[in-house]
Amino acid sequence: MHAKTANKIATATIYTLVGIVVIILIGILGNILVSGVPHLSWHFLTSEASSFQAGGGVRDQLWNSLYLLIITLVISIPVAIGAAIYLSEYAADNWLTGLIKTTIEILSSLPSIVVGLFGYLLFVVQFHFGFSILAGALALTFFNLPTLTSNIQQALEGVPQTQRDAGLALGLSNWKTIRGIVLPAALPGILTGVILSAGRIFGEAAALIYTAGQSGSIISFTNWNPFSPTSFLNVMRPAETLAVHIWRVNTEGIIPDANMVSAATGALLIIVVILFNLGARILGNHLYSKMTAAKS
Amino acid sequence: MENKTPSFTKEQPHIINFDKKDCILSTKDLSVFYGGTTQKLFDASLQFKKKTITALIGGSGSGKSTFLRCLNRMNDKVARVDGEINYHGLDINKSNINVYELRKNIGMVFQRPNPFPKSIRDNITYALIADGERNKKKLDQIVEESLRAAALWDEVKDNLNKSALALSGGQQQRLCIARALALKPEVLLLDEPASALDPVSTSKLEDTLKQLRSDYSMIMVTHNMQQASRISDYTAFFHLGHVIEYDTTANIFTNPQGKLTEDYIRGSFG
Amino acid sequence: MNLENNNKENLKDVVNQALEDQTIKHVKLNKIGPDKANVDKLTKPSKETRQEYWGKGLTAAAILLIIILVVSIIGFIAIHGLATFTQNHVNPWKFLTSSDWDPGAGKNFVGAAPMIVTSFAVTLFSAIVATPFAIAIALFMTEYASKRGSKYLQFVVELLVGIPSVVYGFLGLTIVVPFIRNIFGGTGFGILAATLVLFVMVLPTITSLTVDALKAVPDHYRKASLALGATHWQTIYRVVLRVATPRILTAVIFGMARAFGEALAVQMVIGNAVLMPSNLISPSATLTSQLTSQMGNTVMGTLPNNALWSLALLLLIMALFFNFLVRLIGRKGEK
Repeated sequence: MHAKTANKIATATIYTLVGIVVIILIGILGNILVSGVPHLSWHFLTSEASSFQAGGGVRDQLWNSLYLLIITLVISIPVAIGAAIYLSEYAADNWLTGLIKTTIEILSSLPSIVVGLFGYLLFVVQFHFGFSILAGALALTFFNLPTLTSNIQQALEGVPQTQRDAGLALGLSNWKTIRGIVLPAALPGILTGVILSAGRIFGEAAALIYTAGQSGSIISFTNWNPFSPTSFLNVMRPAETLAVHIWRVNTEGIIPDANMVSAATGALLIIVVILFNLGARILGNHLYSKMTAAKS
Repeated sequence: MENKTPSFTKEQPHIINFDKKDCILSTKDLSVFYGGTTQKLFDASLQFKKKTITALIGGSGSGKSTFLRCLNRMNDKVARVDGEINYHGLDINKSNINVYELRKNIGMVFQRPNPFPKSIRDNITYALIADGERNKKKLDQIVEESLRAAALWDEVKDNLNKSALALSGGQQQRLCIARALALKPEVLLLDEPASALDPVSTSKLEDTLKQLRSDYSMIMVTHNMQQASRISDYTAFFHLGHVIEYDTTANIFTNPQGKLTEDYIRGSFG
Repeated sequence: MNLENNNKENLKDVVNQALEDQTIKHVKLNKIGPDKANVDKLTKPSKETRQEYWGKGLTAAAILLIIILVVSIIGFIAIHGLATFTQNHVNPWKFLTSSDWDPGAGKNFVGAAPMIVTSFAVTLFSAIVATPFAIAIALFMTEYASKRGSKYLQFVVELLVGIPSVVYGFLGLTIVVPFIRNIFGGTGFGILAATLVLFVMVLPTITSLTVDALKAVPDHYRKASLALGATHWQTIYRVVLRVATPRILTAVIFGMARAFGEALAVQMVIGNAVLMPSNLISPSATLTSQLTSQMGNTVMGTLPNNALWSLALLLLIMALFFNFLVRLIGRKGEK
């Protein structure tokens, strides 16, 4: 075939394939948003889910998703920051570091269902937590740690070496330099990483169905005692999240409006995840320009 | 420019010695290895006189910066350093030395200005507060004294809470000097401190260094021959990791003993 | 040279003048002087030494936690997964090759072959479908589009990553399955539906890694090829893609690993019937879908439960294998 003809065909093929993917994305988003958003009423967001009738909402699922997200972040951020600091600041270039990196890569490559089943085995069965927010949050932490660690590590490595030199030359310890100078300078990157992982956590379901459970107990939003079984703050109660809710109403639910509930919940999930992604970008840029720009 | 004959054979180095009591720092057979095998510095033995400015000159890759960074143990993480560094009767290249205390006595200013992304005041007080100084009056006094010593006070005295990043490059570099001086070190190591600065800033910086000479011992790496001849008292010439010649600046520039030194200085002056 | 010197002298005068003009002469006032070095302190541990112990200790503890976690995940799942063979005396060979799956009926009915085959089938098919699209998008972003165009496409790819897998499953259930049912008849559930859903899910993974691979190809290769009179496509095909092949392969394997481990979206469209798949449009089950739908229906310690843990162990081993494959290709690529 003539080279120029081949060139034209190849270009046309590439443009076609790209066009198809763009159409698929528009189709996916359009479908979910068009069929879901009209049902995203205040009533839907603030009423309880129904187990067999139409007209249920997702109030508890929404709260559970947020609560799980917060607890997961509270647990995983310190560990991820610690691990990332070790890798970027302390680890020597030797076999041990190589082994550590391999271990973290393995963790990141485990399917989330496997991580969830491990959480089930350890917390739900072995430690007798039962299906609980705490077990779910721990499973989500395991699932989230490798990505968050490597995001934070990248943010730390983005801080110029000259800043570390400056701290060390003033007689500061490595630790003080990291905490007082490197970490604040890496903050925009770290925050971006945290928010992105928040999006991942928010939409995750496979790690949760056997840890946080697939059903919600009756909870009261006026009961502020976190040790009471009906309190919305109790971490030992089973909790179904938005993502798990979609899965359950589609696979075993018998509510007549499963499609509508799923579409609305899916739209809600996607909107939240997109907001997280946009938020990460905007916040990152904002903090970055604020930190580098002159204050006057 | 630099003589890069691959068949470089080491001439008998010409090296000046001082009376021991006049020395602030001295090295003996200092060698630096990167990655276990690559040697960047070969048996450097130099003495540095108190309250003088010593310039380290040489082409890039000559080992002068590597040498400088050994003197306050900034190479610890990246390289293996063999040999002795004597400071107040101690070999500070030993592992039992508290490098943090050492660096408070031997300060360092880097090639590129590297102020912290904090206010001017916080840049100076940060290490002091970390060191345990909490008295606000004392801190204010040190801020003023060190900024005056670095000839920056008049330019920034009304804006101490402004971000250090808003200063010009030359001001930033003087702030870095002020930050180092705030810890009241005996020795100040300067790694090409003017290389990123414009001529006006460079001139200001050199004046500052000259003023500081009456109190501090300074060792300065520089690419700029004019600068070395203008402000240093002694000059050491490095080539491919070896010290070739070390003498008074006047001697090095007017009457170099080694052929390499002569070539380098001629080449550099054009 | 002279002129420059003159200039410098002038500048110096200007600077000196400026210094003279200052209301307060800078060094004439309070002088900061060096403190005498405290030699004792130089050999004693200080606050900084302690901080260093703390810092190193705390961060090493975080690392240790992750390592313990990984070791215990592998350990726990291995112990439970092997119980099928050690306690219930299921023949491992039979487990891998038999297609009789009814663990409730006894140890002779623990054949995972249908799920293994289905898992590999959906993984392979989705990778095969997704790879051309991924390479096309990556080429478009790196070789064709303007900066702006590639930014938009980047946004598209990131959106695809951001959509939760249950949403993909739901769309599969409400769009893909009925679509297949209308065209091919039957229930619509099966390998084809799973493949189409997984295709969209692994696409962003393969794409973004392929973009990295293409970006890593040095520009002078392209210039050299174009200078020799090659067309744009010849350059891409003979030079860029060839150089980037090892990393593109890695990208595809990452995509396959994701497809193999995906649970919920697949479970929603595969049909969940443990049968050796005879075609692409009849209900079947993957390792993950079986785990997802059955783990809650079995009792800890019984054979049906142990058999499920064996499936989980198989998943884990495959994840490790994909990991190993990536490393192997990476090492070969370096040579």
